[in-house]
Amino acid sequence: MSAVEVTQVNKIFNAGKQNAVEALVDVDLVVQPGEFVSLIGPSGCGKSTLLRLIANLLEPTSGSILVNGKPAKQARIDQDYGMAFQQSGLFEWRTVARNIELPLELKGWDKAKRRARSREMLELVKLGDFAKHMPWQLSGGMQQRVAIARALASHPKLLLMDEPFGALDEMTREHMQSELLQICARTSTTVVFVTHSIPEAVYLSNRVVVMSPRPGRITDIIDVELGSDRNEDTREDAAFYGRITAVREALRGVEMAAGARGIEDR
Amino acid sequence: MFIVAIGLVVAMWEAYKAVGPARGGDLLGFKILPRTNDQVMPHVWNMVKRLSDPVQRGTDQTIASVVLSGVWYSFRLALVGFAFGITCGMGIAVLLTRFKLIERAVLPYLVVSQTVPLIALAPLVAGWGGKLQVGGFVWPRWMSAAVLGAFLAFFPVAVGTLRGLKSPSASSLELMDSFASPWHRTLFTLRFPAAVPYIVPSLKLGASAAVVGVVVAEISTGLRGGIGRLIIEYARQATSDPTKVYTGIFGAALVGLGMAALVAASDLALMRHRPKGDAA
Repeated sequence: MSAVEVTQVNKIFNAGKQNAVEALVDVDLVVQPGEFVSLIGPSGCGKSTLLRLIANLLEPTSGSILVNGKPAKQARIDQDYGMAFQQSGLFEWRTVARNIELPLELKGWDKAKRRARSREMLELVKLGDFAKHMPWQLSGGMQQRVAIARALASHPKLLLMDEPFGALDEMTREHMQSELLQICARTSTTVVFVTHSIPEAVYLSNRVVVMSPRPGRITDIIDVELGSDRNEDTREDAAFYGRITAVREALRGVEMAAGARGIEDR
Repeated sequence: MFIVAIGLVVAMWEAYKAVGPARGGDLLGFKILPRTNDQVMPHVWNMVKRLSDPVQRGTDQTIASVVLSGVWYSFRLALVGFAFGITCGMGIAVLLTRFKLIERAVLPYLVVSQTVPLIALAPLVAGWGGKLQVGGFVWPRWMSAAVLGAFLAFFPVAVGTLRGLKSPSASSLELMDSFASPWHRTLFTLRFPAAVPYIVPSLKLGASAAVVGVVVAEISTGLRGGIGRLIIEYARQATSDPTKVYTGIFGAALVGLGMAALVAASDLALMRHRPKGDAA
């Protein structure tokens, strides 16, 4: 069973009106369990829209989306996936631990069980000493880790991330990428990851999905064969650069075709 | 700080009384400078002294005790009105958040409601006193004053709460959606906590509005027992007994202070764990 199965999906915003926008056209994508897949492309290519369709935060205009073999809506109701955004979106009136417990609260878990799980998650993201802190007392990188812990709190098999490291500085960002890989390896989580950054996509992913705008569609899927144990040395590897070049060229084709901007070369 | 501020006001009052023109004066051709004789601006110490005088010759009851009981009466009315105003204001805000169509339809009327002079409305609502009967419940006269307090208090609370309930970012709302949180859970776990920094200042406005509403309602409906009635009674005696009016005004200020203290306490309690300085 695939983790995500997107079949012939179209998404038109304001369908039938003058300002109708074809956000996605004929998108097919299959993500296997344990895979790390990045969506990359210039602004307006529909990568965030595709992520929100998988999350069932949006409904497709046509086509079908299966998550863990279920319709996306059922998967959302069952909390089959966790989600993290560019803004950590922590609730500033809750302690770090209670932020992580939020999805469990909504699932109706009792307090003792929630406590135990949030402690486990805090250890996972290496913030064991910060359970009682308030979010605004943490740095941006730490807040983002709490957001990841919250997304994984109910042990979902799938993690959906929308530029989660976009607001972090370069050093923190690289550090967080390595952390994320370790966390996913340890919890065998499948990830669909939206990013603007080519090196980030290549470093993290098994496959990079290249998208183009107007109308939004998938133009290329690039395999990244860098093995499973990636570390800081990987970033200086010749194969790493080779893959970056491949993605960049695929994106350049997109840019030539669409005349679009918005890809970071870092 | 508060004591210092009172001291400053007293000092300014007495300073103006000492140097200002006794018969009033013109400024740029307008007669705006107040007269400083004892009739219009009594000495502060005389006002305070008057508090300990008996209300009428031959009774033990001091003006202070009468004013204080009026303060207590009006304070309770204002509190009921305020509570009623909060309930209505927040209820309206929740409804308007839930149904966008209602917001467009109702919001203009909320604004219009605040432009209706309270004085015009007061006799109408006062007329319910003793006459209106729902089941076994007879509308008491004091309730009319509380309702008018609520009428002024609900508006700032509704507007503040509405803004607050709409303050969560799109991604916070998406996050709750991704947990399949039903609307009412999102309301209480996300929207209301996020609204607190907006609600607290609106409560401050609402509290003082409730006091104004109750005092004005007491005056215009002639409800006995409250500070509003005392002010109007004492004002009639102003020509012969100017200091007495001010004892009533002190009382009204005291009601306002009591309400403000209440809101300040709730502010401290609610904002305890919030980041300092960036609240709206």
